[in-house]
Amino acid sequence: MLGLLFITFIIGRIMPIDPVIAVLGERASQETYDATYKAMGLDKPIIVQFFYYIWDVLHGDFGMSRLNARPVVDDIIRVFPATLELATIGTIIGVVIGVPLGVVAAVKRGSWIDQTARVVALVGYSMPIFWLGLVGLLVFYGILGWVGGPGRVGIFYVDVVPTVTGLILVDSILDGQWDVFWDAVSHIILPASLLGYYSLAYISRMTRSFMLEQMSAEYITTARVKGMSEWAVVWRHAFGNIKVPLITVIALSYAGLLEGSVLTEIIFAWPGIGSYITTALLSADMNAVLGGTVVVGLVFVCLNIFSDLLYKFFDPRAK
Amino acid sequence: MSNAELPGTSQQSWRSWLMTETPTSRRHAKFAALYQGWLTLKSNKLTMIGLGILLFLILVAIFAPLLAPADPFAQDLGGRLLPLGSEGHLLGTDSLGRDILSRLIYGARITLYIVILVALIAPVAGLFVGTVAGYVGGWTDTVLMRITDIFLAFPRLVLALAFVAALGAGIENAVIAISLTAWPPYARIARAETLTIRSSDYISAVKLQGAGPLRIITKHIWPLCISSLIVRITLDMAGIILAAAGLGFLGLGAQPPSPEWGAMISEGRKFILDHWWVATMPGLAIFVVSLGFNLLGDGLRDVLDPKDSGDE
Repeated sequence: MLGLLFITFIIGRIMPIDPVIAVLGERASQETYDATYKAMGLDKPIIVQFFYYIWDVLHGDFGMSRLNARPVVDDIIRVFPATLELATIGTIIGVVIGVPLGVVAAVKRGSWIDQTARVVALVGYSMPIFWLGLVGLLVFYGILGWVGGPGRVGIFYVDVVPTVTGLILVDSILDGQWDVFWDAVSHIILPASLLGYYSLAYISRMTRSFMLEQMSAEYITTARVKGMSEWAVVWRHAFGNIKVPLITVIALSYAGLLEGSVLTEIIFAWPGIGSYITTALLSADMNAVLGGTVVVGLVFVCLNIFSDLLYKFFDPRAK
Repeated sequence: MSNAELPGTSQQSWRSWLMTETPTSRRHAKFAALYQGWLTLKSNKLTMIGLGILLFLILVAIFAPLLAPADPFAQDLGGRLLPLGSEGHLLGTDSLGRDILSRLIYGARITLYIVILVALIAPVAGLFVGTVAGYVGGWTDTVLMRITDIFLAFPRLVLALAFVAALGAGIENAVIAISLTAWPPYARIARAETLTIRSSDYISAVKLQGAGPLRIITKHIWPLCISSLIVRITLDMAGIILAAAGLGFLGLGAQPPSPEWGAMISEGRKFILDHWWVATMPGLAIFVVSLGFNLLGDGLRDVLDPKDSGDE
């Protein structure tokens, strides 16, 4: 955690932009410059500055955004639920399709299902996501008109629903506004499927290799000899044993989606943390960039710890 | 190697010389191993497709000036956004009337440039950190591996974004940013290999002969780490290409008017609904190249790293 902050701090320091000039503008007099320089604590040793930075972050203070002069933390709280919503639905899609696909591919090794799964995964690894998003928009929105376009909801529905959780799908249900809900669904389905496809590629590959390992174990032969149905052998015996590593894989891919959604969010004008960081970046708003980076890194670390804990919880051998 | 063992001129004896079970010299054994690995590689159709794609990419990049039908920077505002198959513009033209095919061909050079630079910087840095950490051990190991963990904990694209933001946009900075985010896995692999090698008998033997740590690491540990690193590099290439294209797409990599594929998609994005080919063609190029790397990487892993080949 400390290291994470250290890196963002260093990045902030090696920025070729003078932070004082950034605040004051280039025409400030020398006295004002010096005063601000002191006020920002830049005259102190680097290590002291670093501790100030940690202190601020621990108190939830990432500084002010230079773009809209609001605390960065408020902005992040506002945009984070959008990303969360997208990544969660993406992961659900990836798990629901990817896990069965991986299991079947392993059981029927070498069959056309296995080959298909392999191709699906390879294409998933090789496709630039922002391009696939553009093509998806072109086909399903531009030509077929099946789904909503960019953004979270249509322009008529913006700010109609009171914010409770920040997740628009949940908020609209809580408020009983079903038309908003369906509109939001039509907007989220395409970007979420895209992200889902990426986690599907990863999850199905991992599921397959876990399953192959289990299926060649002796207890599977024993179960078959006992005359158990194939269904029970595959799903109850073999699948039961891969649940634990699978949870780790899913947690990792979930974390990956939370960050990997940067490009997707830009394509779909999705007001999440990815587009927040990028917008800030393009306008040289360093506080916002670093704040966003710290938050994403934090989520990443937390999910890792969480999956470790789950691992210990489900697997009695890992003490 | 004495003259008597030299292979004859006919192809058959070359083959038997290479396939021999009883190599007569070190070099002979090396060539035989290489050839047999190549045979395994050749038997995998998908791998050969991947290799073919990459050879094609390299040739295209080398002979770009000969192959390109037009100057990639020549604007022709009269012939803007021409569709596919227009006369003289096989893949149409972009918003400034530049020939898309020519831009794709020149873009191959940029892609190769980025990939080669990252593939040189990141693994070497990782190899260095990993072997030193693994060989020296103790306090050095702890510190170096902590640093590696920190970098690993960061999501790659976001970290690269932050680095580019700090360094400024541009193709060299994109290369640096991607390398900075790409080296930790190599360090991990190299360290794991070093730990297993360090305690082996032949290292003790070399030590008894009076070799210092520098010689042991560079001459006796690095060569053994190479094969697992190569597999990892090939598999990583696709990710590097996608990351570079992503940065280019965000306007943080190669700057216009450079025909970088990601930047081309970003340009074409504004016209996607009416002029789909402008953004689609560079995307296809990225896809094909990274698919090629993935296919080749899969095959190489089967040959060089038999431990993992069971699940592929």
